[in-house]
Amino acid sequence: MDALVVLLTLLLVAGVLIVISAPLRARAGERPGTREREQSRGEPERAALEAEREAKYREIRDAELDYRTGKLSREDYEAVDAALRREAIAILDSLEHALPPSSDRLEN
Amino acid sequence: MAALGSGCLVLSLAICAYGIVAAIYGVRSKRMEFTDSARRAVYALAGVLTVAFAVLELAFLRNDFAFNTVADTSSRTTPALYRAAAVWSSQEGSLLLWAWLLSLWSSLALFLMRRRLRDVCAYATAVLLGFGGFFVSLMIFYATPFATTSPAPAEGAGLDPLLRFPTMVIHPPMLYSGYTLCTIPFAFAVGALLTRRIDAEWIAATRRFAFAAWLCLGVGILLGARWSYSELGWGGYWGWDAVENASLMPWLTATAFLHSLMIQEKRGMLKVWNASLVLATGSLAIMGTFLVRSGILNSIHAFGGATLGVPFVALIGVMVAGSIYLVVSRRAALRSEHRLDSLLSRESAFLANNLVLVGLCFVIFWGTYFPLISEALNGTAASVGPPWFDRYTVPLALILVLLSGIGPLIAWRRATLASARRNFAVPLGAAAIAVLALLAAGVPGRPLAIALFACAAFVFASIGQEFARGVRVRREIAHEAVPAALLSLVRRNRRRYGGYIVHVGIAVLFVGVAASSSFQHATEVGLSPGSSTRVGAYTVSYVRPTATVTPAADAAHTGSSMSLGAVLDVSKRGHHVATLRPSQGYYDSGEPTQGSVGQLIGGQAVSHISMSEGALRDVWSAIAPNISTPALQRIVDAGNRTLPPQDAPIALGYLARQYLQHPPAAQFHFIVSPLVMWIWIGGAIVFGGGLIAVWPPPSAVVRRVSVRARPRSAGDPVRA
Repeated sequence: MDALVVLLTLLLVAGVLIVISAPLRARAGERPGTREREQSRGEPERAALEAEREAKYREIRDAELDYRTGKLSREDYEAVDAALRREAIAILDSLEHALPPSSDRLEN
Repeated sequence: MAALGSGCLVLSLAICAYGIVAAIYGVRSKRMEFTDSARRAVYALAGVLTVAFAVLELAFLRNDFAFNTVADTSSRTTPALYRAAAVWSSQEGSLLLWAWLLSLWSSLALFLMRRRLRDVCAYATAVLLGFGGFFVSLMIFYATPFATTSPAPAEGAGLDPLLRFPTMVIHPPMLYSGYTLCTIPFAFAVGALLTRRIDAEWIAATRRFAFAAWLCLGVGILLGARWSYSELGWGGYWGWDAVENASLMPWLTATAFLHSLMIQEKRGMLKVWNASLVLATGSLAIMGTFLVRSGILNSIHAFGGATLGVPFVALIGVMVAGSIYLVVSRRAALRSEHRLDSLLSRESAFLANNLVLVGLCFVIFWGTYFPLISEALNGTAASVGPPWFDRYTVPLALILVLLSGIGPLIAWRRATLASARRNFAVPLGAAAIAVLALLAAGVPGRPLAIALFACAAFVFASIGQEFARGVRVRREIAHEAVPAALLSLVRRNRRRYGGYIVHVGIAVLFVGVAASSSFQHATEVGLSPGSSTRVGAYTVSYVRPTATVTPAADAAHTGSSMSLGAVLDVSKRGHHVATLRPSQGYYDSGEPTQGSVGQLIGGQAVSHISMSEGALRDVWSAIAPNISTPALQRIVDAGNRTLPPQDAPIALGYLARQYLQHPPAAQFHFIVSPLVMWIWIGGAIVFGGGLIAVWPPPSAVVRRVSVRARPRSAGDPVRA
């Protein structure tokens, strides 16, 4: 039984080391600087804008549903809808000025 | 195999230490391979702790009493299902369950987020591994599940009879899943504050994990209430026990967070509030875990073990101080982007809802920790009971139910008085009708209960109106039949209508609570066979006694040596309603000094309640048989004098026959509670609605609105 425990423990340790070191070993075989360049290309900002865009689309649909179900008057709905669309356009403009997604860069 | 388990714990601690360093180094030096390696360390932690948990589980199933934990909480006579669940009935085993579930949920969360919010995830990984390392350290240095004794005892002490019920198999894992899931939004909040990324992407990610925590914690709380009601012998589902409160507090703040997150998403407001809420939820979850392990408060759930109090206090101190520091130091990034447009808006309703939920949490927090605070301030221990909690929570609950009906009636950003008049008319009418109907029906004067029923009617009418109007809109657009329109409406607006269903569930649940607590009839009475008593509108008659003396005949498989009970007939106005069979199980005490027969029944006696459940009322019963009569004691004494332990069960047969032939009067506890079933139904509706709200829409339904078009006019075709 002791030998079995030792063997199982060693297998566990080996498995842990293999799992944890996989990214480090893969990195060692890559071209230097590739991941740093990917990281620095504004992906977080683009992802945040995309999430903001989806949220704004949802708001526009919600406002329409609020109007259709009688919670907003026509005047209020048109004002709210116009404001939301302005905000959405601003987000889309920001997205257009943001760097393209990393998949595009790979194709290049 | 205990050595393997101990080795797993040491390896886990090393993994946590490495992962924390790798995550922080990777994010600060922008070396993704290290942050990826740290994420994989979480996966590895889950794998290693799975092995550790399996070792302990196998020890329980194989009755390996060399393990101290197994010897203390299990026995050969404990049924297999409860042996498997006994793993988490001890301090040590429950710590292992906590750490294991934390590693599993953390692995899932980080896997789902592996390509997003990389910087935030790196810090979140470090925080989650910090929690993991803390709990693993507790197991290594304070309460190891793999401590052994040699030579191993031949038999274990057995599982506490109170825990030998199916509900208890699932209740702790659900509750611990809720607690551990609360740490994930906490960790992501820390990461977001450190990186100043409190943006839409963080909101979208955090919502999922916060909802998962809310769901698991809520189901765990409901299961606990159900266990208390259907298994314990006091007939209630909520006793404001410290541990019950400890699980409710993070659920309340998580509920507030899920609501106010919508305001941040739509208006960029309440960032400080949301950050504080999610950090408080995680801290309260750890405090709840601390409560049962510190020995500072009395509770049926407490593990004892005062030595764990200091490390937990240190962890909670770090969490609270760190949270305050992060929120204060990042206040510039948390500045609101907009102000409230109007007091008459859904934002205002959500704000009010948040204040009520946090107010409830504060009241419960004060009442729960009051004994400790009182002792610290003036040296005398004090406690507050259910009447204190009810006095402050009931009015807040009323407001909460009312707000759950008001919110859906008001638009985001602004509403006019004219639209408010139009939208509130029907729900207010429904509330008024409900009050008049109750008064006309002669419902006894309970102002708070009647007020709650009125609020519930308001909610039902409000939500019903929303669904009706939404279906009408959908039919105008797509010309669908009503059922199809309803399905389409919910499918295309899951968050809104799923949320509405949650609100209906909350109202239903509170109707059950108000009715069962305000209009309950209870009595405790001694009855002999053939006699009867009145409980409310029901007559309960003691028909005959019952007795079982072998575990094989113990239908509940609870391992009792003997079970004595009664058959009861419940009738109303002369018509038979139900037959109840409450009993009391007697367990082996493990004390040879009580004699061979006395030992078999000298352990903790556990009441097995019997009830008849119905949509309108439950009839609940419990029995406490009298086994101290001279006739029964003579049999026990004779058996102690003459029978060796292996033959002692023979005396139980004589005991049972004597009890059946000459049953002494027994003490009974009867309760008739109206509408209890609606508590469980309401809970199911709440969680079903929540699942609908958070379920991702099918990609085909995700539409892109053409925002560059001019604002719509009323005549445009609507693609709602």
